[in-house]
Amino acid sequence: MLGKHLLSAADLTRDQALLILDTTSELAAVADRSVKKLPTLRGRTVVNLFFEDSTRTRLSFELAAKRLSADVITFSAKGSSVSKGESLKDTALTLEAMGADAVIIRHGASGAPQRLATAGWIDGAVLNAGDGTHEHPTQALLDAYTLRRHTRGGHGDLSGVRVVIVGDVLHSRVARSNVLLLETLGAEVTLVAPPTLLPVGVENWPCKVSYHLDEVLPNADAVMMLRVQAERMAGAYFPSTLEYSRMYGLDARRMALMEPEAIVMHPGPMNRGLEISADVADADRAVVVEQVANGVNVRMACLYLLLGGASSEGQGSQ
Amino acid sequence: MSMIIRGAQPYGEVAQDIEISDGVISRISPAGSPPEEDASHDAFDVELDAAGCVLLPGLVDLHTHLREPGREDSETIATGSRAAAKGGFTCVHAMANTAPVADTAGVVEQVWRRGVETGLVDVRPVGAVTVGLQGAQLAELGAMASSAAQVRVFSDDGLCVHDPLLMRRALEYVKAFDGVVAQHAQDPRLTEGAQMNEGELSGRLGLAGWPAVAEEAIIARDVLLAEHVDSRLHVCHVSTAGSVEVVRWAKARGIPVTAEATPHHLLLTEELVASFDPIYKVNPPLRREEDVMALREAVVDGTIDIIATDHAPHPREDKDCEWAAAAMGMIGLETALPIASQVFIESGLMDWRALGERLSVAPARIGRVADQGTVIEVGAPANLVVWDPSQSTVVTPAMFESKSANSPYLGRSFAGTVRHVIFRGRPTVVSGEVVS
Amino acid sequence: MPAREVLDASDIRRAIRRMSHEIIEKSRGVDDLVLLGIPTRGVWLAQRIAHDIAEIEGHAVPSGALDVTLYRDDLRLRQVRALEPTDIPSVGIDGKTVVLVDDVLYSGRTIRAALDALNDIGRPGAVRLAVMVDRGHRELPIRPDFVGKNLPTATDEAVRVRFVESDGDDAVVIESAGEHAR
Repeated sequence: MLGKHLLSAADLTRDQALLILDTTSELAAVADRSVKKLPTLRGRTVVNLFFEDSTRTRLSFELAAKRLSADVITFSAKGSSVSKGESLKDTALTLEAMGADAVIIRHGASGAPQRLATAGWIDGAVLNAGDGTHEHPTQALLDAYTLRRHTRGGHGDLSGVRVVIVGDVLHSRVARSNVLLLETLGAEVTLVAPPTLLPVGVENWPCKVSYHLDEVLPNADAVMMLRVQAERMAGAYFPSTLEYSRMYGLDARRMALMEPEAIVMHPGPMNRGLEISADVADADRAVVVEQVANGVNVRMACLYLLLGGASSEGQGSQ
Repeated sequence: MSMIIRGAQPYGEVAQDIEISDGVISRISPAGSPPEEDASHDAFDVELDAAGCVLLPGLVDLHTHLREPGREDSETIATGSRAAAKGGFTCVHAMANTAPVADTAGVVEQVWRRGVETGLVDVRPVGAVTVGLQGAQLAELGAMASSAAQVRVFSDDGLCVHDPLLMRRALEYVKAFDGVVAQHAQDPRLTEGAQMNEGELSGRLGLAGWPAVAEEAIIARDVLLAEHVDSRLHVCHVSTAGSVEVVRWAKARGIPVTAEATPHHLLLTEELVASFDPIYKVNPPLRREEDVMALREAVVDGTIDIIATDHAPHPREDKDCEWAAAAMGMIGLETALPIASQVFIESGLMDWRALGERLSVAPARIGRVADQGTVIEVGAPANLVVWDPSQSTVVTPAMFESKSANSPYLGRSFAGTVRHVIFRGRPTVVSGEVVS
Repeated sequence: MPAREVLDASDIRRAIRRMSHEIIEKSRGVDDLVLLGIPTRGVWLAQRIAHDIAEIEGHAVPSGALDVTLYRDDLRLRQVRALEPTDIPSVGIDGKTVVLVDDVLYSGRTIRAALDALNDIGRPGAVRLAVMVDRGHRELPIRPDFVGKNLPTATDEAVRVRFVESDGDDAVVIESAGEHAR
């Protein structure tokens, strides 16, 4: 149904994406029960392989796996003194020896999950939890799930839903995955950023591009703010954080330009005061906290669909 | 030692029998001719069958990395020489980015001597332009030129001589000994952390881009400097259509610039990077289809004077990892001629005489190597390669003489193969195998 | 080998009516009843029983759906299955008499999974089982409380219950070996 691995939003067909989102809807009910547990992945071993620090995503995956009764091991490599490169292969071989059924990998190098999936070091499923500046498919899925609940009366069809994504698109795997997935689901995406923070060739991406946030906000069903790193000033991407906020930050004045039902999203963690003001972050229409809850359910759906059936050797791996 | 090569076609033309003795070509006669009446021997020491084969002057590589001293885990002068011979080369220029860097007479003489001891190809050390490749201070270019290694080609390859003043001084200085500065054109500020060609694909894959302008802008500056100080400039591994335009413009103005392209830049495109397999990671990076086509055109019309391998061995662990952590480079000595034959001969774009120019004659001329890349005639030094179009070159890890196997062509096969190679009148490769 | 119709639309209608009466009688009234159909066809059946009970008693009975996919014991034997909708009525199941409703009772494993699912959702006061067809060949100690029709079958036969809501007509048919297996 999904193939052996979940490496990128680009790989998902519309049917596969809808399957994940519909499965998420069913699994969301589990969170409301007193026994928040399903026996489905009992006896499976899921490894969290996090080479980049990320408490929130790691916990989200851990919880998702545990709710499905899987055994979870977390390997956190940040700060440990393994030399670059060597660590991925040797770590993978160690996990294989331990019998990992699935490896959830977050890595600073674009393409690392793909290497893990194709190099022949492990047998299990690979789930990309974010690779470099390339993709973060489960983030896009939870964003799409959140959008479904808050647009078009919550009936689940994203065709024609207008989504604006604002910020450092150039370095954002969240932006890439969202553009790809939302296009697959029929939504209309507009990217807003200064020219220095847009990738070469973005004019060929399946979305619109604008340098002017104020012009775009009145016609949005959802505005997704991306985290901007102040360190980018060193690369001369923008002159100062103040100028960035002035031109591309979402504050109360800009929020008032939005349609009353439009929502504000953010993948987190937020830089309050930089890309998003405190007023907006705490507004009713900001669904940031709900995104986190949806994240657990989406990840449960992904784990179920990857591991919930017969193991997929020979089912056309990535 | 006396030798005869039977039935070879020099430059792919008429079949001849070529006799060799004392290191030079002693007689050329139509294939199957009876021996001379005054022959001083009854039989030859070595007889090589070359029926249906093409005979070219031994190939000369202006750009090879032999890794010794310092990185003998990936290649040594001995294994690199074997790889070169297997590929049809009788002379290679060994780049200076070793450890220690080849920036003194001592190191270049060491490299040269190892090459002589191995005795399979002429190893011509390339001298670094700047001390330690740091780009700050000129290395002792004169000492290297006068040393036993007789260095004539100077390059910081791996790195760009980006300081315009240093580049000017280097260009001026080497005039004294007919040297040439070979520039690795890559503006460091525009390519910090770069992983692949900058373009739509790099944007989609989330890999930092290496924009074409970082190469073209340096070449544009350097050809103007070369014109200003009237000195020879050689441009390493040209990779973009824009760079070709700049070189063409410079030549039209009479600027003494030469340029090279690698086999991989003449064959492979950036689409391969989408697999994130680091076997395709190289510097300069694989570019677009338009760039490959422009480079091919330039090789045909001579804007690109030579094909050079940029043979860059790396141990397995430097490629067996995620893209960002992988080393840049591909081996290429043993696949250069098969690729050149496929791209230029099989397609009808060039004939063997012209390809011989690109692979042997012109590189020898640029490197000022007197007894390589010579005309196939009586009295010429016997550095020759016999190419058999009827056999295939099947690329497998086991096939490589090189110590490393980081080739993007594993699993592919090319029409034609190197059958015999003669170096200074002695066979180094017979029937496709390097002689010990 | 053509399929053999063993119950037609009228037979089904009467059977449902009878089961509805039996459920009311056995539960001594309908105050704490909750019907949960197992998707897909158990859901239609549950709705029809709920409708009949409401007609008979003049009192609505909550009905919903309970998908048991996540609790099946044969998940690893084939490709992963898509989930069906679960809809627990707002009254919940704690202390209630839950009547599980399914179209065909065979090995009993589906009902075992349903019992595990119920267990994680709450603590029913009692659980009963109503099925349209009991075709025998139980592999677990599960027995139905309310049965539309007992149909002894061979293991190489398949029993298909058709409901208008999903299949266009109402019927119960037996297909012999060679037709698609369960």
